[in-house]
Amino acid sequence: MTDTATRPSGSSFVNVGERTNVTGSAAFKKLILAGDYTRAVEVARQQVENGAQIIDVNMDEGLLDAVEAMTTFLKLIAAEPDIARVPVMIDSSKFEVIEAGLKCVSGKPIVNSISMKEGEDAFLHHARLCMDYGAAVVVMAFDEKGQADTKARKVKICARAYKLLTGIGFPAEDIIFDPNVFAVATGIEEHDRYALDFIEAVREIKAACPHVHISGGLSNLSFSFRGNEIVRRAMHSVFLFHAIPAGMDMAIVNAGQLDIYDQIDPKLRDACEDVILNRTHAKEGEETATERLIALAESYKGKDVIAEKAAEEWRGWDVVRRLEHALVKGIDAYVVDDTEEARLLHARPIEVIEGPLMAGMNTVGDLFGSGKMFLPQVVKSARVMKKAVAHLIPFIEAAKEVGARPKGKIVMATVKGDVHDIGKNIVGVVLQCNGYEVIDLGVMVPWSKILEVAKTEDADIIGLSGLITPSLDEMVTVAEEMKRAAFKIPLLIGGATTSKVHTALRIDPAYDGPVIYVLDASRAVGVASQLLSDTQADPFIAATAADYQHVRDVRAGKEQSVLLNLADARANAFQPDMSDKAPPPEQPGLHSFPAWDLADLVDVFDWTPFFRAWELAGTFPAILDDEVVGESARSLYADAKAMLKRILDEKWLTAKGVAGFWPCHRNEDDVELYLPDEERHVRLPFLRQQIRKSRTRANFCLADFIDPAGDWIGGFAVGIHGIEPHLERFRADHDDYSDILLKALADRFAEAFAERLHQHVRTTLWAYAPGEQLTNEALVREQYRGIRPAPGYPACPDHSLKPILFDLLNATENAGITLTESQAMLPTAAVSGFYFAHPESQYFGVARIGRDQVEDYAARRGADLATTERWLRPNLD
Amino acid sequence: MSAREKLLAEAAKRILITDGAFGTEIQNWKLSEADYAGSLGLAKDQKGNNDILALSKPEVPEVITRAYLDAGSDIVSTNTFSANKISQADYGAEHLVREINLASAQIARRLADEYAAKDGRPRFVAGAIGPTNKTLSLSPDVNDPGYREIDWDFLVEVYREQGAALIEGGADFILIETVFDTLNAKAGVMAVRKLEADLGREVPIMMSMTLTDLSGRNLSGHTVEAFWCAVRHARPLTIGLNCSFGAAQLRPHVRTLSQIADTLIMVYPNAGLPNELGEYDEMPETTAGLVGEWAQHGQVNILGGCCGSTPAHIAAMAKAVAGLPPRALPVPNTVTRLAGLEPFVMAA
Repeated sequence: MTDTATRPSGSSFVNVGERTNVTGSAAFKKLILAGDYTRAVEVARQQVENGAQIIDVNMDEGLLDAVEAMTTFLKLIAAEPDIARVPVMIDSSKFEVIEAGLKCVSGKPIVNSISMKEGEDAFLHHARLCMDYGAAVVVMAFDEKGQADTKARKVKICARAYKLLTGIGFPAEDIIFDPNVFAVATGIEEHDRYALDFIEAVREIKAACPHVHISGGLSNLSFSFRGNEIVRRAMHSVFLFHAIPAGMDMAIVNAGQLDIYDQIDPKLRDACEDVILNRTHAKEGEETATERLIALAESYKGKDVIAEKAAEEWRGWDVVRRLEHALVKGIDAYVVDDTEEARLLHARPIEVIEGPLMAGMNTVGDLFGSGKMFLPQVVKSARVMKKAVAHLIPFIEAAKEVGARPKGKIVMATVKGDVHDIGKNIVGVVLQCNGYEVIDLGVMVPWSKILEVAKTEDADIIGLSGLITPSLDEMVTVAEEMKRAAFKIPLLIGGATTSKVHTALRIDPAYDGPVIYVLDASRAVGVASQLLSDTQADPFIAATAADYQHVRDVRAGKEQSVLLNLADARANAFQPDMSDKAPPPEQPGLHSFPAWDLADLVDVFDWTPFFRAWELAGTFPAILDDEVVGESARSLYADAKAMLKRILDEKWLTAKGVAGFWPCHRNEDDVELYLPDEERHVRLPFLRQQIRKSRTRANFCLADFIDPAGDWIGGFAVGIHGIEPHLERFRADHDDYSDILLKALADRFAEAFAERLHQHVRTTLWAYAPGEQLTNEALVREQYRGIRPAPGYPACPDHSLKPILFDLLNATENAGITLTESQAMLPTAAVSGFYFAHPESQYFGVARIGRDQVEDYAARRGADLATTERWLRPNLD
Repeated sequence: MSAREKLLAEAAKRILITDGAFGTEIQNWKLSEADYAGSLGLAKDQKGNNDILALSKPEVPEVITRAYLDAGSDIVSTNTFSANKISQADYGAEHLVREINLASAQIARRLADEYAAKDGRPRFVAGAIGPTNKTLSLSPDVNDPGYREIDWDFLVEVYREQGAALIEGGADFILIETVFDTLNAKAGVMAVRKLEADLGREVPIMMSMTLTDLSGRNLSGHTVEAFWCAVRHARPLTIGLNCSFGAAQLRPHVRTLSQIADTLIMVYPNAGLPNELGEYDEMPETTAGLVGEWAQHGQVNILGGCCGSTPAHIAAMAKAVAGLPPRALPVPNTVTRLAGLEPFVMAA
């Protein structure tokens, strides 16, 4: 079993956020001096959200009571779980400030810093206190004589401090040395070796002082190039490129302002490298490295500003045009300021919504409607709109204004027992973009709640969504209850398992009002606008009703495929060659994986369904170059990649899974398992195809793949955990785009995990295909031996087998997955199934089955007929 | 041999048993206000002040401690969960903190020595320090998240006063238990450090966290692993979990802690979850079966009970784990363990 607890998290280089440091951030200093702690706390939150793994807090400012500011700020961030989840670095040159801070910080912080500046006694006294408070320390390379500048001094001071500290029992792993990053390229020759001395000292300190870390503040390095951000960033990146391999493992830095080494202009990179590594010594009459960099730097001066200006030309437009541009392009950076500007120009805040914002959204709606814009962009636009509206609402409420009635009010819900909501959220966003008010009740919503809200809110339409087959039944229930409560408003049906046929056959007859099946999000607006139009509603409803009646007539008149009786179907069972069956597993029993490496899963992502979730049709990677949706797909793919990086770097998600193997044998259509440890038998009843086949095709049942004379079967469940806090954050930020993006990525992780785990099972755990060598592409295409059918899917349509599988796997404990009453899995991004290893095992669909098999199955399943029918309804006549 | 070494030596041989709850047992005595108040002459009502019985009706903690020793406890704790200045102030008894702790420790010490003398098996006394009803990490005022009812220095002094009396009365260890606020626990560690400086010798710490939600966090929001990072500097003799929920719900968290902590694991869960009436009705065999599983998986060194547990539960546990090997201490890689509410581990 992997020990996740002792595995170092993330990459081995740690970014310490520097924005909550009054000496490093003028903006933060201003907030603290003004006593605006609310916004100061937001700075901390942004840092953590932007990837700071530790946050540095420094209040050393002459005009401040540093003790008061430090303790006030630390107590405030302690109340914010989003911030307090990461360790704090208490940063001050005054130990009394540090100690005051230590009294407010739970967890294990870092003290920055202590040193031998005032001699050994003071140093050890401070170190002992840090140890008693439970803190790691940054030790500055500073002694009684001053700051260490040369390599020899850096190494000597650190080695001396190390000896003193370990001598009083200070844990070596809690020591972080800061060997002083000084400015280079100052024109003073003695400074030329500063960077190189640091890098070389790092290597020697690491060798001399086992288990310690090395940190440093980067901004000093490029001090000579203040105001020239391009050069500064390049210098920092080049410095780290060399210091990290030498052993530097922490830096106080704005992570967003580092360049990727390979992407730095090679000319600039070489010049920086020459300076930092002190590589070219000037011969007579030649330029020094410093002179070269200074000369080169001139050409970069202000360049970034120009580039930004060009990109931001639209910022000079009038505010109405800017708002439209921001909406169409989905840029949220300035929307609050622009909205505020627009508000001041209008008599009433509501006019901003009704005027420029709605105009912008209409453009978006038109572009989407005409196929010139695609869902991901629309959702981004909606994010901009939501932020603008969120800004205006307090003003509107303060003025007690009643806005124009929206085009219509739509109550939406994922039905009871189901947890899937990506599609529903997309539909909700699209409707909102088009001027409808959407009341989203979320997932697992019972019919009573849906009806209650629809009534109290005086809704115009109810929309239901669901992904798993039991949700189809639940939708019928909602329709029946709407009828009982004498509702007449339209009912929209959508979601992956829903269909026009099911809507026509089962839901429409259950309700007196109009029932409309909505194929995808792009249809939602058209349907809603017709339903709520004075002139178009009646003809549209009549046409739909006629269409559904036609579906029913065709169905009734249709000659259904002939079903064999169960005995005949069994006689035509599939008969694989059992001499080929897989050997017993090398590692039987249960195997749990509490934290599968996410980076490993990204390699086997099947991206095609990801794009499909956003209603972008095409196969990956060809879709990226698609003439029609290519641009949209590329932009979405780039956003997905960026989020993936954060998911990995910041450990947003955890992949937990379990797999197990059990001895078994086939008994007719059952597979009977024997659990040796518990001395208990478990029956897995499976369903058999009954539709009459052509002569050569068998009537398949999963049990056919198991040897009656003794065999093995496996099972697995995998889930992706940890999504909720991020979704909450996105919700709070009115950011549906990121919400949907993260959910769609979590689904990809779950599928990839199932694929990877299956591979691990084939090659290692069960090891029936130890030599299997498949490319990731072949993996995605399932070009391997054996299958992993899931309960609720065509080969095994009964969702209610999941509790049996979960019990076998102890999946709730081992993979953290629970089941709803409809057997949907929680977390939502989860996959479970059985493993069949026989080389001839294959996927198939059970499809329609006869009454005789339902009765037989109910008896085998140990359930009453009504319950069994409920679970199997999609397979019944 | 120091008490630390003695306990380590015993724990190397077998799974040790600590005691169960005082509260539930005291309820069975159906004591009156007069029983609690005794002749102490305090102005406020004392009914419910279980800790003061050490002074007003010492036979109660004595009989209960005996029952646990009879049931097989190797460690008995003092009945001093609330015997600190903050909690006793509610009863107007804050001036008796030293006396209560001294008397409680003396009772436990005397009985532990008596039983050890009888059969030659060492018995230990854990001086119990509760979390107090105030928190250093959280504001009681939702409108003022930076506000705190108490400060660090005050709480350190409160703990130091209690700890000093417990050690003076004969406690072997200071048990900082039911930690709902990690910063309170860290103040407890600092108090013991000061006490050690006063006494000029080591005072071993036992540390026990309580979880407030099933995902495995305490009230101040720390995960089990983050908690371990935050208190590891105490070099605790034992680390573990108590109270929280029943053993069934604690299981995953015991496993987590057991994998990372390079010290003894002590767990003493409640006797299940309370029923609709707030009573604990998990049968001794059930609890023993659940904690016995941890023992079988080599995840624990010391077991006992918290709310709702009785001498019968302790006896059942002792029986369930008899002969099972104790958890072997893991030898973790040297890593830097930092923590916010969540752990942050760096290779070192």
